[in-house]
Amino acid sequence: MGESESLEAGKTYAKPASYPQSSKRQWLIPVLAVLLMVAIILSLLIGRYDLSAGQAVETLIGDEGEVALNDAIVIKTLRLPRALLVVLSGMGLALAGAAMQGVFRNPLVGPEILGVSSGASFGGVLALSLGFSGGAGLIPFSFTFGCGALVLAFVLSKLARQRSSLGLVLAGVVVGGLFGALTGAITYLADPETRLPGLVYWLMGSFATATRESVVFLAAITLITGLPLIGLAWRLNILSLGDSDAAALGLRVELLRWAVVVLVALFVAAQVAVSGGVSWVGLVIPHLGRMLVGPDHARLLPVSALLGGLYLLAMDDLARSLTAFEIPIGLMTSIIGTPVFAFFFVKLRGRGWTND
Amino acid sequence: MTKSADEIAVAGRDLAFYYQPGAWIFQGLNFSFARGRVHAVLGLNGCGKTTLLRIMLGLLKPKLGSLERRELAAFVPQIFQAIFSFSSLDMVLMGRARRIGLFSRPSKLDERLAFEALEKLGIIHLAHRPYTELSGGQRQLVILARALVSEAKILILDEPTSALDLGNQALLIKRIRSLSRDDGLTVIFTTHMPQQALAVADDVLIMTPNGLAISGGVREVLTEENLTKIYGTEVKLVEFERRGHKSLALVTMFSED
Repeated sequence: MGESESLEAGKTYAKPASYPQSSKRQWLIPVLAVLLMVAIILSLLIGRYDLSAGQAVETLIGDEGEVALNDAIVIKTLRLPRALLVVLSGMGLALAGAAMQGVFRNPLVGPEILGVSSGASFGGVLALSLGFSGGAGLIPFSFTFGCGALVLAFVLSKLARQRSSLGLVLAGVVVGGLFGALTGAITYLADPETRLPGLVYWLMGSFATATRESVVFLAAITLITGLPLIGLAWRLNILSLGDSDAAALGLRVELLRWAVVVLVALFVAAQVAVSGGVSWVGLVIPHLGRMLVGPDHARLLPVSALLGGLYLLAMDDLARSLTAFEIPIGLMTSIIGTPVFAFFFVKLRGRGWTND
Repeated sequence: MTKSADEIAVAGRDLAFYYQPGAWIFQGLNFSFARGRVHAVLGLNGCGKTTLLRIMLGLLKPKLGSLERRELAAFVPQIFQAIFSFSSLDMVLMGRARRIGLFSRPSKLDERLAFEALEKLGIIHLAHRPYTELSGGQRQLVILARALVSEAKILILDEPTSALDLGNQALLIKRIRSLSRDDGLTVIFTTHMPQQALAVADDVLIMTPNGLAISGGVREVLTEENLTKIYGTEVKLVEFERRGHKSLALVTMFSED
């Protein structure tokens, strides 16, 4: 930045900068952030074990000795890790989805499109069928296969000499199909008495297995992938104009697209590894974000992330409180997500892809 | 073609290009575009005009031959359908991409330059309107403003008037002329309308299907014989006087006899 400033320093401007400014919803990001904090606190109170807001806050910030042991266990080892894992997943998925829709110039694209979710799901199912149960075996397996799926898609698109974003999508669909089939095969062959219920339950996604370790793992990955994505937001705007236009404006299109794709894939693989596949968040939330703040990714990405965290937290609270048993989160997001998506799909047809 | 090197903005030597091996778009193409002048590129559909522009911009590499360009070039593509509804100001700011760091956003200075470009083209009132809601003529001006803020010395336009009505065509042609005369930019544009080349260009490059190109001053190249031969339909040039200057009008003979 400094260089360009000094290049222009010699120029003089006759007029002061009194150009019309647009009114942007600047308050939205802080408001959403506060809402999310409140929602996290409220989520700590939801569940079979009754807690008051006062007890929850006291447990979180009070001295060790003065807090009831049961309260501490419920909040610190069950509800707080779970709420944080849900929020991280929702934020990252919505962020990843918004970035992917921009890069692929396609409103129907989600973070799942690369085949990474399928790869990570297969890795998780494989680990479960091999007898791993806790996060220690499952997470590395799932994460590795998710990343492996992207490598496969990359190799495939290179073999096909496809440089376009469409070629990448096709490669991702092929890889996703392959891992989907493999997952189906393992599920089909799994012992229905012992292994199958666990497999099916995991595939539909659940945050019930949240631990301090899985939260730390996902938080680290979310930071490592989310911050560069938000940093690249303005470049994403240009990339969303299309390859040739972006290249003419001086962008290294292919490199930038791969950077975004790798960041998204890393996050998706990690998210599936800790909580199983959660669909629709990354597809639907960015549309909501675009309706609120327009297409500028510099605002769309943070707003989508906050909305995604809020949405998924609400879904998870419903999933564990609506009925006596827990509803798989993937089921909740799909049941609520599909009609919402259908609504946008119908509404966006014929009007182009605009923000009003 | 005896221009000294520093007078040349873009030059191509023995350029050849194909998309599918064997199907040459053009071969042995030579040209040399002088700095600070307006150059029109004419030719039939499919003769490779847009391809040539993309080679000049460095977006495509010639299969044979060499291209020389010493200054930054900005591109105004044919009107494209934007998917996202960025404001005109946001669109113009994207022209600053080369001067904005990978993880940065446009600064106040970038914003002021964008406003100035919009003001210069008389469309500052469109700054906060979504690009997707503008008319074809307005969009073209926004994209032209985007090219201007890049501070490129060479402006390359691909059929800039193809989607515009007569009044907007005239407006854009006037803008092109003033960008060359007043701002000293080298302007290169493709067109299907030789009368536009007559109106605004200093030099003309005509690309023909057999790969040969005719280039030179606009009056030498755009003759009745050349135009009739290239377009395969009879063309007349009519001289008339306007404000004491001799001008040329181009008339296409549509009648059968």
